[in-house]
Amino acid sequence: MNSDKSLLLKYLYDTRTRSIIFQVLLILSLVFGFWWIVDNTAVNLQAQNKSVGFGFLTQTAGFAISDTLGTWLFDYEVGTSTYLDVYFIGIANTFLVAFLGIIFATILGFTFGIMRLSQNFVFRAFSTVYIELTRNIPLLVQLFFWYFAVLRSLPNARGKVDIIPDVIGINIVGLYLPSAIPQDGFSLTMWAFAIAVVITFFMNRWATKRQQETGRIFPAFWAGLGLLIGLPLIVFLVSGSPLVVEYPEFKETGPILKRGFQKGAGMVLVPEMLAVWLSLSLYTAAFIAEIVRAGIMAVNKGQTEASLALGLKPNPILRLVIIPQAMRVIIPPLTSQYLNLTKNSSLAIAIAYPELVSVFAGTALNQVGKEIEMIFMMMSVYLTFSILTSIFMNWFNARVKLVER
Amino acid sequence: MARKKTTSSIAFVRTEAAPLLPPPASQTGALGWLHRNILASMTDFSSPVAAIKSLLMAFFTLLIGYVGITQIISLVDFAFISAVWTDPDGLKREACWTVDQGGELPSGWHGACWPFVKAKFKFLMYGPYDIDQLWRVNLTGIIGLVALAWLLIEPLPFRRYVGIFLLTVYPVLAIILLYGKLDPSSATLSILTLGGILSPTPTTLMALILIGLGLMTVARLGAMGRLDRRIEDHARKIELSGWFVIGFALIFALFAEGYGLDRIDTNDWGGLMITLVVAITGIVASLPLGILLALGRRSTMPAARIICTVFIEFWRGVPLITVLFMASVMLPLFLPEGVNFDNLLRALVGVMLFSAAYMAEVVRGGLQAIDKGQFEGSSAVGLTYWQSMRLVILPQALTHVIPGIVNTFIGLFKDTTLVSIIGLFDLLGAGQSALADAAWASPVQSHSMYLFIAAIFFVFCFGMSRYSIFMENKLSRSRRH
Repeated sequence: MNSDKSLLLKYLYDTRTRSIIFQVLLILSLVFGFWWIVDNTAVNLQAQNKSVGFGFLTQTAGFAISDTLGTWLFDYEVGTSTYLDVYFIGIANTFLVAFLGIIFATILGFTFGIMRLSQNFVFRAFSTVYIELTRNIPLLVQLFFWYFAVLRSLPNARGKVDIIPDVIGINIVGLYLPSAIPQDGFSLTMWAFAIAVVITFFMNRWATKRQQETGRIFPAFWAGLGLLIGLPLIVFLVSGSPLVVEYPEFKETGPILKRGFQKGAGMVLVPEMLAVWLSLSLYTAAFIAEIVRAGIMAVNKGQTEASLALGLKPNPILRLVIIPQAMRVIIPPLTSQYLNLTKNSSLAIAIAYPELVSVFAGTALNQVGKEIEMIFMMMSVYLTFSILTSIFMNWFNARVKLVER
Repeated sequence: MARKKTTSSIAFVRTEAAPLLPPPASQTGALGWLHRNILASMTDFSSPVAAIKSLLMAFFTLLIGYVGITQIISLVDFAFISAVWTDPDGLKREACWTVDQGGELPSGWHGACWPFVKAKFKFLMYGPYDIDQLWRVNLTGIIGLVALAWLLIEPLPFRRYVGIFLLTVYPVLAIILLYGKLDPSSATLSILTLGGILSPTPTTLMALILIGLGLMTVARLGAMGRLDRRIEDHARKIELSGWFVIGFALIFALFAEGYGLDRIDTNDWGGLMITLVVAITGIVASLPLGILLALGRRSTMPAARIICTVFIEFWRGVPLITVLFMASVMLPLFLPEGVNFDNLLRALVGVMLFSAAYMAEVVRGGLQAIDKGQFEGSSAVGLTYWQSMRLVILPQALTHVIPGIVNTFIGLFKDTTLVSIIGLFDLLGAGQSALADAAWASPVQSHSMYLFIAAIFFVFCFGMSRYSIFMENKLSRSRRH
């Protein structure tokens, strides 16, 4: 009797038994919780006379979406396009604004980050004030400011503010830019560019290999730049410049309703997109600037001194010693800022820019009412994107990791 | 003697120290500062390339200085100098109209319309909360503020107890003051009644109090050694659970029976108050949840590790707005019928889960920075897992990541603005709906409102980040050897 009890106690106090018991309990409670939720949902859906399924995707959508890259790519038309098209339009618009935002935010962020480390007081103060102001005010407030306070107070459709007279103008309808319309034969130039990219890639590999073997330096950067610009340019000129630039057309006379920028001339960026783009990139730039500053400061001063002692000049020191080491610190948080920017583009729902959350989880959800399926579809886009990013991150970290001997 | 001889063979040896010269004029005072901080980069004309660089630097310095100064001047001018401060005649929107628009201000005037913000001030702070009951919000705020200040100011006594008060009594007090009597069908009440098993009758309350007192008596007797050995060992825990049962009974009675305060539904909450409620709940809940998740993710138990990792990565992978959508649209579907889960509570659940995942990653960073020897040492002295975490690992890990924790708090505070998208009138949402008031329509209406809102957020966030820098310096000073 006594030995039985002590055997049981021995098992109970054994770490492994305890951990197994704990894990079994954890899994059981998880399964039970999940079952409870599914059961409740089933009951609730039945009470509301709803079913689960993705059949709604083939139904036609009955609402208008403002003209953006997505509607142009998928040829959106009210009454003929389906909810699946709406989904893809949302994804396209999300990535469009994220892509543009990432480019702009990176340029601005690196500029401000380097400026904040400058010896020059003016640069330093300017970037410090910018960073502190932008970082401490919510993105949504900034978005509303740009959209409602700035872009909405522009002249109406009959007026304009010139940014570059006769080339770029802006009014409440949007930003009017010249558009380049490719003619027949422009594809040759595109092919030339693709070939130049491939050649540059292999040339770089060859140049690195030769430098490592013989020590002779090949000016790969300038050669690559020349190839990338020169080859397409030559093909473009030889094939007879098959690109027509179309400028926005502005009429100040004529019937009152026909005044203003004319439809079909040049291209227009809707103010919703401008506001999202501006606020996202200005906001994220402040964070990128701090990352860049931390990255540069993380490089030991001894590295600069050692390179000077080796006889390197300031430019090569920056290019060959400081930047590669700083990038190792900068890239991981930078990627997560890119991811944040992409996720933050969902705030566009507040001003009705037709991105994924706005058109699909907003307008379409209101019309179809398939909460579970639609939110699942929407979340899976962001999840896929963030998983892809983290796979890239792991690959990158493994590549640049310090090799310790 | 020998020394004298050597001196004589050298022409001159200084016998006293050279007088200390003042530093060169280009290094001290205003001029020196100017030279070091501005002119140093643009005075090199030794070669053509250097000259071009210097000129470019000078140009950009002037350009950026000019842009910066004009921006600051125009902001100050807009907010203070040109601003309209009062509206003595009750003109409303016409107080901020220029001559062209039909008002009295000079044409081309551009300044803030503060009477508009003043008129909407109560709405911005409390939303549609009952005007006669505002003392409840103010009282909650003042108690919270005093307790928080007490907690943050170093030399004050009893800070530990103030902290316990803030985390246990204060939330209950805040709910009672802000909400009043609970709705019989609300989720809080159904949790409190354990899903309807308990009912707030005097008998139940008496029984609960008796159970609590009984537990405490057992604990006391055990501590004196009059009972079984095992009870003596656990006397403290038993006493604590006795306190817990009594506390539960009191809260239960307060919530269920009402206490003379009318119920103010969360739909009538708004403004800065709801911003603070969401932010503070998120902050307070996310830290313990985040710590648990981080420990789970670093656990040796595969099931716990996988579950925590999936949970964290899921919430971190999606935008907060989709989480809020999910909370507001899908949460009602997940719960049994009849449980009334109001809008605010849904948003709170979403914000909590979301910020817990971010907090978990910050805490995990701190845990990873702890030397392996600390884990091994604490188990070598015989501490259990939870003891070693509580006494050895977490105190070190958390101090390591204070900046990260505060950054997460700041992020969370800014993210509370998103609840306006799912229909809560937080500070920004209240501002947006105030802007829709045509009685105040003027071209500067939205500028003034956003400036005011941005200033409030800036003060909170900037204050938090300064406090974190202060804490960081203080802790790093104590770590320095």
